[in-house]
Amino acid sequence: MKRLASTGFGTACVLFLQGCSGWQSALDPKGPAASELAWLIWFFTALCAVIWVLVMIALAAPLLMRPRTRSEPLALDAGADHRKLRVIVIAVGLTAAIVVGLTLLSFFANRTLAAIGSDAALTIRVTGHQWWWEVRYEDATPSRILTTANEIHIPAGEPVRLLLTSTDVIHSFWIPSLAGKLDLIPGHINVLDIRADKPGVYRGQCAEFCGAQHANMGTFIIAEPRAKFDAWWNDQLQPAGPPTNGEAKNGADLFLKRPCVMCHRIGGTPAGGTVAPDLTHVASRQTIAAGTLMMSRGNLAAWIADPQGVKPGSHMPVVELNGDELNAIVAYLEGLK
Amino acid sequence: MRPGTAMLLFALLTLAACQREERDTRPQNSLGSGEQPTPVTTLEPGGQRASASDNKAASFEANAFHLSEGKRLFSWFNCSGCHANGGGGMGPALMDQKWLYGSSIESIHATIRDGRPKGMPSFRDKIPDDQIWELAAFVRSLSGNAPSSAAPQRNDDMMPHPSENRLPDAATLGKSP
Ligand code: HEC
Ligand code: HEC
Ligand SMILES: [Cu+2]
Repeated sequence: MKRLASTGFGTACVLFLQGCSGWQSALDPKGPAASELAWLIWFFTALCAVIWVLVMIALAAPLLMRPRTRSEPLALDAGADHRKLRVIVIAVGLTAAIVVGLTLLSFFANRTLAAIGSDAALTIRVTGHQWWWEVRYEDATPSRILTTANEIHIPAGEPVRLLLTSTDVIHSFWIPSLAGKLDLIPGHINVLDIRADKPGVYRGQCAEFCGAQHANMGTFIIAEPRAKFDAWWNDQLQPAGPPTNGEAKNGADLFLKRPCVMCHRIGGTPAGGTVAPDLTHVASRQTIAAGTLMMSRGNLAAWIADPQGVKPGSHMPVVELNGDELNAIVAYLEGLK
Repeated sequence: MRPGTAMLLFALLTLAACQREERDTRPQNSLGSGEQPTPVTTLEPGGQRASASDNKAASFEANAFHLSEGKRLFSWFNCSGCHANGGGGMGPALMDQKWLYGSSIESIHATIRDGRPKGMPSFRDKIPDDQIWELAAFVRSLSGNAPSSAAPQRNDDMMPHPSENRLPDAATLGKSP
């Protein structure tokens, strides 16, 4: 029993520690904002731990020490009172100094955070929906404005400005490896500046409870070298390619004839819905439905056949399709790279 | 009453409230396909359809979840483009007591699914059947024809009219006839 308990405890510790690294961890910073915050977290924790230990020692010492026997317990001892007062004054002074010190530290950390995006060249508008993210790349040239979903590509090593808002309820945007979290509020724009120092994929998660599928509202920041990022943007601006074979052609027709067309947009086709993720290049994304499933032909079919089974309560209704229709639509979407 | 009995009764009463919130998000085929014969003429005796009520109707009419889904879809599918939040524009007002094609949920379902001759488009195959029922239930709440315990209570943006659960029955304006 004891063995079991200690093994269990050990496993739990290892599992907890695993949470400290990887693609979604505030303790594994990959950008200046997150580094600043991680440093603060560690410093606060260490300092508080030291203080806690000192306080515990101060508490335990009198309990463990043999009490001094005094011949006259009620006699006044001005010297001892004075010593006690001095200890209290010093302790209060230290506490105040430490609190002020920590406040200053976090103030300066905040200033560093605020300075990250002061010269950001790229602005991305992120709109929260129940339960997915709309991502819009702003550009002075209207034809270069790009709308996509759930995956945010950014150039590595460059500051990026995110404008956060929502259309339904309050969500919160949190990429732990890159920055602290910030709310998406309907009718209001919050500004978050981020920078990823190195190329990589960083996972994020909605961090404000927003309804049934809050847990399945993930997002990904994909940081890549500038050239690759520019190429990606240009690719995404292209309208969807024409279907390549008979089955996919069928699928394209079905997509326009069935309810899909009411909600989704596919650039270059009459499908222009804006209430659901843009599917123009859906197959170029790595996941389906805000990180719920990995992108693959099978998972696409699973999602379209039964979105309410995969993500119960999601705002995509079950559209009744027979096997051939489902295959055709999947064949079409799979080709939208 | 013994405390045990009282507690049991209380628990049962609480459970009864769950029906209002029941969330069936999968198509309810067991209730039938929703395929009733659709009258395509504008003329219906008494403005009311004579056909028997559809099995599906009941499970959508007094359900808060379906009503609020209907409210969301009403703006998603741009019904407001022609019906202006129910107040009427190019299409007729949906919050008054006048019904061109009947006030029953079945008639409204048929209107949305098959369209009507003077400009109401058909949404057959463009909106899944259950979502049409949700829209129909919501359209009825615009004229106070949904239980106030289930009708939507608020808007996500500015309110063009009192929330649906506070709208009186348009036919009687809240007074008994
Ligand atoms: C009533 C609106 C609506 C209809 C109709 C609809 N969808 Fe969706 N769809 C959504 C919403 C909302 C999402 C986002 C769901 C989420 O992640 O929670 C979505 C997500 C998707 C995704 C995943 C996109 C991504 O990048 O994660 C695919 C693929 C998709 N839908 C395909 C279809 C197909 C095919 C049809 C027609 C058979 C269809 N949809 C019909 C609303 C709709
Ligand atoms: C293109 C404009 C247009 C759109 C979009 C539209 N409607 Fe209509 N609707 C009309 C017109 C016009 C009529 C009147 C038809 C007639 O008199 O034959 C009508 C009639 C109706 C009626 C019957 C009213 C009565 O008095 O019996 C209902 C209910 C209705 N619409 C609901 C909807 C819903 C729900 C939607 C969204 C899914 C919608 N409409 C979208 C134009 C539109
Ligand atoms: Cu959330």
